[in-house]
Amino acid sequence: MLLRKVRCFGPLLKRRLRWPIRSAGLNFALAYGLVFVISAGAFLSFIWWNTTGQLDHQVEVAVQVDALDLSHRWAQGGPSALSLAIQDRLDQNVDDDELYLLVGPDGRKFAGNLPGWPVVITRTDEFYELAIKRDGFRTNAKMHAYPLTQGFRMIVGRDVRGRQLVRHVLTDTLIWAWIMVSLLAAGGALAIRRIFRQVVRSIARTTAAVAQGDLSQRIPLTGNETDLVGQTVNTMLERINRLMDGVKQVSNAIAHDLRTPIARARARLEDANRTATSAEELHAAIDRAVMDLDRVTSIFEALLRIAQLEAGARRAAFTVLDMRPLLEGLSELYEASVEDAGLQLDFRAGAVQPVNGDPHLLQQAVANLLDNAIKFAPPGTTITLSVGMEGERLAITVADQGPGMSEDDLSRASERFFRAETARNTPGAGLGLSLVQAVMSLHGGSLELKAGQPGLFATLLLPVVPAVSRKG
Amino acid sequence: MRILLVEDDPTVRAFVLKGLREAGHVVDEADNGKDGLFLAVSENYDVVILDRMLPGGIDGLRILETLRGQKNATPVLLLSALADVDERVAGLKAGGDDYMTKPFAFSELLARVEALGRRGRPESAPQTRLVVGDLEMDLLSRTVKRGGEKIDLQPREFRLLEFLIRHAGQVVTRTMLLERVWDYHFDPQTNVIDVHVSRLRQKVDKPFDKPMIHTIRNAGYILRAD
Repeated sequence: MLLRKVRCFGPLLKRRLRWPIRSAGLNFALAYGLVFVISAGAFLSFIWWNTTGQLDHQVEVAVQVDALDLSHRWAQGGPSALSLAIQDRLDQNVDDDELYLLVGPDGRKFAGNLPGWPVVITRTDEFYELAIKRDGFRTNAKMHAYPLTQGFRMIVGRDVRGRQLVRHVLTDTLIWAWIMVSLLAAGGALAIRRIFRQVVRSIARTTAAVAQGDLSQRIPLTGNETDLVGQTVNTMLERINRLMDGVKQVSNAIAHDLRTPIARARARLEDANRTATSAEELHAAIDRAVMDLDRVTSIFEALLRIAQLEAGARRAAFTVLDMRPLLEGLSELYEASVEDAGLQLDFRAGAVQPVNGDPHLLQQAVANLLDNAIKFAPPGTTITLSVGMEGERLAITVADQGPGMSEDDLSRASERFFRAETARNTPGAGLGLSLVQAVMSLHGGSLELKAGQPGLFATLLLPVVPAVSRKG
Repeated sequence: MRILLVEDDPTVRAFVLKGLREAGHVVDEADNGKDGLFLAVSENYDVVILDRMLPGGIDGLRILETLRGQKNATPVLLLSALADVDERVAGLKAGGDDYMTKPFAFSELLARVEALGRRGRPESAPQTRLVVGDLEMDLLSRTVKRGGEKIDLQPREFRLLEFLIRHAGQVVTRTMLLERVWDYHFDPQTNVIDVHVSRLRQKVDKPFDKPMIHTIRNAGYILRAD
C-alpha cells in the first residue's frame, strides 16, 4: 500500500523537484547568496556562542566568589553582619547589576535588592536564569541560592542585560549582513550573467559566422578562464580550415587531372565521329579514347586506395613478414624491365628482422619506387634496391642516378597530384608517392626522400616486430 | 561454352552478352538475383558471371554461397564496382574463382572467362607433359623442347611458358600473368610483364621461323600452334 502510494507520488515529486530556474547567472547568484548566508550565520553563531559562554562563565565565577565572601561574613557575624555587607556592596555597585537577597527561616527579607524569593528557585546546587522585575522594569538575571545556618537562605545573582545586548547586536549584524550579502549576490549575479552572456555571445557569433561559411573568424581571447573554450574552438577551426584547404586542393587537382583525359577522349571521339573516313581511323580513335578512360579509372583507383589507406581500415591482411624474399621477388620481376630500359638493377640485402605488414601493399609501395626510378634514371646508370637495418627500423632504399629533386620538390613530393617541373613530360598522375606515403603511415613507418649525388634516395622505414612478441 | 551472365545494368549486360556471343559462346542472361539463382541452380553452365550488387534482395554473393552450399563447383567470376581489396577477398572466400572490378576491358573479361571455362573441365590424369604444336614441356624434368631442340629457360620463364601453354589458344592478359605467374596483386606502372614475355620470345620464337607467342592488341598475349 505504502509502496504503491510512494510510487504514484513518484512522478509528482520528481516534477516538483526539478529546479525551475534555467538562467546560469541567476542560479549562480542564488547559490552564492545561500553559501554566504550559511557561512555568515555559522560565523556569527560561533561568535555568539563563544561570547555568551564567556560571559556566563564570568558571571558564574563572580557569583561564586561573592557568595563565598558573604558566607565568611555570615560565619563571622551572623545576619546583621551579612545584611551590612550586602548593603555595603549594593551601595558600591555602580553598574547596578548585582542582585542579593537574604531571608530568614520564616521567609522574611533581611537584606538585598530583590523584592522576594522567586518561587522557581528551590535547589541550592545550580544556577537559575530567570526574568525578574526590578525597580519597575523587567530584566534577565542569573542567580544562585545558598543555604546558611539557622534556616537562613541567601541568593546571589547578576543582572545579565549585557548578554542580551550582545545577542541583539549579533542578531542585527546577521540580518544586516544577510541583506548586504543578498544585494551583493544579486549584483554579482547580474555581473556574472553579463560576463557569461558576453563570452557565450562572442563564441556564438564566431561559430555562427563559421556556420555561414566564413572560416577565417576566430574567437577573441580575453585572458580569462573562458579562453580555454575559445582556444579549443580556435584550434578546431584551424584544423577544419586546413582540412578544407586540403580537400579544396585535392578536388582542384582531381578536377584537372581527370578532366584532361576525359576531355581528350571526348575530343577524339567527336573528331573521329565527324572526320573519320575509314573504319580503321575510327577504330584507332576509339582505342585511344579507351586508353584515356582507362587512365581516368586508374587515377580513381589510386585515389580510392590512398583514401582507404589513410582511413587506416586495411590492417586485416597484416602478417609477420620477412622482407628479403619479398624484395628478391620484386627485384627479379623488375630486373627485366630495368635492363630493357638500358639500366642496371643492383639488389643488396643485409640481415633484416621481420616486420608486421600487408605483403601486397608493401610490394606495391616498393614497386612504385622502382617504377619512378626506371622512369627518371638516364640510360647506363644503376638503380640500387637495398634492404637492411637502420637502428631499430628496417630500411628499404631505392636509389637512382637520375635528375633527383630540388629541396622544395622533396618536401612536396608525397602530396597528391604533385609533379615536379622536370617530371611534367613523363607519364604519370603524381599519385605514386602519395600511395607509398599512405602505405607507410598504415604500417607506422615513414617515407624519406633525400637528394643523392646525383639522383634520389627514397627510403622506406618500417618498425620491426619486437623480438619478444616474435617468440610468443 | 555455356555461360550465365547475371548483371542488372542493361548497358553492361548487353555489351558483355554481345561480346561473349561474338566469341562463340552460348549465353543466358538474368537481370536480377532471383532469376539468376534459379538459372544457376537449374541449368548446367561452364562459367557463371555474377555481378555482386543485384536488385531484388539476392545479391551475387548470396547466389554464390547458395551454389557452393549445393556442392555446385561451376566456376564463378564476380564482377563488382567495389574495388576494395577486402571486398575481393570476401568474394574469393565465398567460393568465387575470379574477381574483376568495374570498369573493365572486355578483352580482360573474355580472357578470364575462357581461362575459367577450361579450368572447369578437369583433366583425367595429372599431366606430366604439355604439347602445343612442335613445342613440348616436360613438367617432371622441367625441360622445354621445340622441334626437338632443347630451350634453356630460367625458372620464372618456365612458369610463364607453362601458364601460356596451359592456356594455349586463349588470350591471357598482363594482369592475369602478374597474378597467376608472379602472384602479385598490384598495378605496375612500367611494362614489366611485356619485358618478361619478350625475353621468353627471344628464346622460344626467335630461333625458329614461326612465332608461337602473339601479342593481341589492347588485350594481352596468346600462344598458338599455327
